[in-house]
Amino acid sequence: MPAESAVQESSAEKSARVLTGSHFMLGDHACAEGALAAGLDMFAGYPITPSTEVAEHLAVRLPDVGGRFVQMEDELASIAAILGASAAGARSFTATSGPGFSLMMENIGLAAMMELPIVIVNVQRASPSTGLPTMVGQSDILQARWGSHGDYGIVAYCPSSPQECFDLTIDAFNAADRYRVPVFILMDEVVGHMAERVIIPAKGEIPFVARKGPTTQPGEGQFLPYAPDDDLVPPIAHAGEGYKVHMTGLTHDERGYPALTAETHDQLVNRLVDKVRLNAADIVDFEEDRVDDAETVVIAYGCTARSARAAVNQARAESIRCGLLRPKTIWPFPEQRIRRLLEAGTVKRFVVPEINLGQLRREVERLTQLPTLGLNHAGGAMPTPDAILEVIRS
Amino acid sequence: MSTTQQTDAAVIHPFDHLMRADRLPHIMCAGCGIGTVIHAYARAISESGIEPDRHVCVSGIGCSGRAAGYVNVDSYHTTHGRALPFALGIAVQNPELTVTVISGDGDLVAIGGNHFIHAARRNANLNVICINNFNYGMTGGQVGPTTPVGAKGTTAPKGSVEQPFNLPHLAKAAGASFVARWTILHVRQFTDAVLRSMQKKGFCFTEVLSPCPTSFGRRNKLGEGLDEVELYRQRSRIENGAQNLEELGIDIVNHDEPITLGNFVDVERPGFMV
Repeated sequence: MPAESAVQESSAEKSARVLTGSHFMLGDHACAEGALAAGLDMFAGYPITPSTEVAEHLAVRLPDVGGRFVQMEDELASIAAILGASAAGARSFTATSGPGFSLMMENIGLAAMMELPIVIVNVQRASPSTGLPTMVGQSDILQARWGSHGDYGIVAYCPSSPQECFDLTIDAFNAADRYRVPVFILMDEVVGHMAERVIIPAKGEIPFVARKGPTTQPGEGQFLPYAPDDDLVPPIAHAGEGYKVHMTGLTHDERGYPALTAETHDQLVNRLVDKVRLNAADIVDFEEDRVDDAETVVIAYGCTARSARAAVNQARAESIRCGLLRPKTIWPFPEQRIRRLLEAGTVKRFVVPEINLGQLRREVERLTQLPTLGLNHAGGAMPTPDAILEVIRS
Repeated sequence: MSTTQQTDAAVIHPFDHLMRADRLPHIMCAGCGIGTVIHAYARAISESGIEPDRHVCVSGIGCSGRAAGYVNVDSYHTTHGRALPFALGIAVQNPELTVTVISGDGDLVAIGGNHFIHAARRNANLNVICINNFNYGMTGGQVGPTTPVGAKGTTAPKGSVEQPFNLPHLAKAAGASFVARWTILHVRQFTDAVLRSMQKKGFCFTEVLSPCPTSFGRRNKLGEGLDEVELYRQRSRIENGAQNLEELGIDIVNHDEPITLGNFVDVERPGFMV
């Protein structure tokens, strides 16, 4: 593996889909490279700070590897276009930030209802509204889970480094295709605009989960596009494959036809939620450091986890029994791990630093009666290791 | 159609294979023109020489948005206003497909108006059929972007005070490669316009006037569906290639105003990702 990125940036390598090697890379660019390595076919997006570098990078790279890049007229169009591309078989992707993510909410519901796999990266900035466009935020955590109307399941990853921007973007595409759900990568401005070493493995080492297709040929019996298998996920047939599928945002039966009854609705919506809920053990991903004997467990994600790691190291040096639990999937939340910690009985309290006014803390509070301390900033600045250490010491 | 128990080949409709017969009867009101549009679309598919498996139908929300649910091709009933960018995504991913958007005036040029002008500007390879019934029918007759001044709707009980869009003029100005306007009375010409769209690359737009007796006709004294079709017959004039599209808006409730129909634009422009 070459030592640094200069070699990899040579023109001869530009058309390689997977830039195997070691790079010094921006988080936003690493996310784009992760999408390419995952087999991205189609990107549609609209410029918005601080995610624009994802689109700009793909505008250069994607056409060179046989993909299609489209700049749309707005975020409503961007998500609609990647849904259409997904319906035609593409691994499709868009990049946005808070205001654009808000505009995408309606069609996130359509993605959930039609069960069309899509991936959206939201490089979070300080919000609400236009907020601080160039400055960090982590305040779209609950919007990602609950933003579109109705009940549905989604998966959301939360990278803490450019390396994870690459790795988790690949996981995001695989989860989207595996479960046929919209999948989000909740980056933040600090991680998106940070450059660090990113190791890109050989093409053959990139994990790839293919969509489950029909087991019958077109015209051979009736293909039921919404008849789920035991894992609750139905096989998918794409536009042009000859299955003559019908997809709708209306409540539908196994044929995909509108079936506007309370019974069908209840069954369908429960399945949309359950295919993530009941497969959570396979989806949930987290990293932990010295939590087993910890009395104080810090739960942190994204850029905030970097400060938290330094704070935990310092506290340990001071012989304070603390540890770090860092969810890589915010949704589904590593709930079972926290329940096991509570059963073990060592933990006495949780600390949840985040760049919002306590969004993920609510999730922890839902699981425990133990004290759960927040360290919150509304956005524009990230908590320092010292500030987190002070809470740990308190 | 599908309710008959006869299986004799002689009674099967020639476009039966292009319809989802198991979804019939449809939800449209008596006198509505949407069925005629679907029939014309099926005929155009049949005459296009393109295999049904290579056709895709996309629609938005509203009565016209239900069209996609009845045609037996890959079909997508999307969200309100977003049929065009959804269809664009399909066309970009698989340029081999013939993608047709069937939707209503409210869906395509009110809530979806931005997508409409940009899809035309790009010359995206899409065929767009806009069923114009001058109002929001499914929600009970509210005024919309094509409602003529003075025409009544539940949200303009004393008559609309807003200027409506002239859709062929809008489409041409935004850059469409093919622009036509017909009515559901002019089935042959309308079908030919759709067929031309299928055989032509680029953004092809056909407006088709269609009665909505339940929500628009009765409130505006246009009578039953058939009465409005008779009105099309009396007031229509055909001017293919008309250059003065800006002067050819429609005032359906003013019985002195002619309704100009035709294939207005048929030009070659650089295609988008074709």
